[in-house]
Amino acid sequence: METLITLLVGVLVTIAVYLLLSKNMIRVILGTAILSHAIHLLILTMGGLKKGGVPLIQGESGSYTDALPQALILTAIVISFAVTAFLLVLAYRTYKETGSDNLDALRGVNDE
Amino acid sequence: MINLLLFPIIIPFLFAIVLLFFKERIVLQRVLAAVGLIAALAASLFLVYTVKQDGVQTITLGSWPAPFGISMVSDMFSALLVTTTIIITLLVVIYSYTSTGEAREHYFYYSAILFMVTGVNGAFTTGDIFNMFVFFEVLLIASYVLIVLGGEKRQLRESIKYILINVVSSALFVITVAYLYSVVGTLNMADISVKIAEIGQPGIITVIAVLMLIVFGIKGSIFPLYFWLPGSYAAPPIPVLALFGALLTKVGVYAIMRTYTLFFVHQTDFTHGLLMVLSILTIIAGCIGALAYFDLKQIVIYNIVIAVGVILFGAAQMNESGLSGAVFYLLHDMLIKGALFFLIGMIIYVTGTSDLRKMGGLMKTHPSLGWFYLIAAFGLAGIPPLSGFIGKLLIVEGAFQADHIWGSIVVLASSLVVLLSVIRIFIYAFWGEPQALPSVERKPYRGMMVPTVVLVVLSVLYGVGTEWLLPYMTDASNVLLQPSIYIDAVLKE
Repeated sequence: METLITLLVGVLVTIAVYLLLSKNMIRVILGTAILSHAIHLLILTMGGLKKGGVPLIQGESGSYTDALPQALILTAIVISFAVTAFLLVLAYRTYKETGSDNLDALRGVNDE
Repeated sequence: MINLLLFPIIIPFLFAIVLLFFKERIVLQRVLAAVGLIAALAASLFLVYTVKQDGVQTITLGSWPAPFGISMVSDMFSALLVTTTIIITLLVVIYSYTSTGEAREHYFYYSAILFMVTGVNGAFTTGDIFNMFVFFEVLLIASYVLIVLGGEKRQLRESIKYILINVVSSALFVITVAYLYSVVGTLNMADISVKIAEIGQPGIITVIAVLMLIVFGIKGSIFPLYFWLPGSYAAPPIPVLALFGALLTKVGVYAIMRTYTLFFVHQTDFTHGLLMVLSILTIIAGCIGALAYFDLKQIVIYNIVIAVGVILFGAAQMNESGLSGAVFYLLHDMLIKGALFFLIGMIIYVTGTSDLRKMGGLMKTHPSLGWFYLIAAFGLAGIPPLSGFIGKLLIVEGAFQADHIWGSIVVLASSLVVLLSVIRIFIYAFWGEPQALPSVERKPYRGMMVPTVVLVVLSVLYGVGTEWLLPYMTDASNVLLQPSIYIDAVLKE
């Protein structure tokens, strides 16, 4: 099971990297969203996918799944949610200001 | 006073929250931000005193035993960094009074600064690797706000790049933490160190070490990963730039030094060899950039890159001289970079341009600015009585002890380049024929001069008072040299 999920994470990271390298701003933001999905799945997998009860103490279930990675994921999810929201608004504002969603059009550094 | 080490984190945090309620009242914002930072400074100075008297301070939140709860650890290294951070932020806030402009101050400017300090101090103090990630995000999200606040076209453009780079590096940080957790099964830094020592650093731990170098290298701008820094840092206004230049990259440097002295100490040939090569390349890349530009901001920004290289080169030696030199140089660099950004901010304010070729002859009209700039420039280059000398001396001494002669020659040669790059600013801006200053109506810049003078004087005292500071620095480098001090302090119960 771990192998399968790890392969899935690899596929997601590949897609995310491909999208991050594209020129369209929305595609890049979608890339960051997919990248965060991949890392959340990775934390879950690295904590181990052994069979066990949900980590709620009720009755006498023999073993539980690891509760720590789930807390880590929950933290990482809200953080990446906040950053993605900020990034989307920033992209919207940049679009309004420059009239373009092409990242190449945002160069304009006048180096000597 | 067991909670003492949390005060430098919590006090700015509380004041930042309070400031959210008084958006329109700028005077109140200014006063409260300064008061909060002064209170935090008092707490952190007392913390340094306590750590000096009683050794490493630890607290585990919620009274859970050590590896299970989140530990906060304040050794001398992090206590000194916290104190320097608060000093610089306080001066940045005072500098902002005159230089930021009310339009920005209306939109949660001081709150964002205080939230950023919360994150920086938390990252310096935490003893838990995932908690470090969270504090990194706290300081990064506050820095996103600061870099884009004002909404000029250039700021929008550069903040998109800055945020994307940091999103990717944060994702890598989480990946690294996930790998590390699957190998050692713990998140507490002292406990991770113990577990790695038990399994004797197999290959996967070395891979994780390199991943950590990549993650913190993006934050701290080491050689192949510094590409985002020059563009992004040139975008925000000067006080924000000073704050970023003095603090943000140093958090990455701190994290590299902490992990490479606490975790990955069993196979130093590869990991620390890699760190050393990259730091030398960082110095060279920074030198090229510092000489290439006629733009005041870019010259000083590339000097940040050089300093990061020098500090990490010292840390990579893993001997007493190298590490205490790195600690000395790290604190010096935070102070002097703050001072330099303040000074070039005033030059830009006076001349109305950041292009060196369009200015000249300021020595006749602004002599005090010129002399303070000259002192700061000499301090940056490391002329003996000033602050940059002792750190670089110890770093070079450490490199000679470890037989890395070539590296230390590069470090010494880089001092010349640094001196040349900042003296070029002095020659172009202060000597020569006076150029016509822009005739727009301007306020006097005395309000900016005060924090600048304080910072330059502090850096001079730092250089002159080396003997007095030495016991503190020795304490700091001892913890880095002997991880057992750190581990025993955290896991003692």
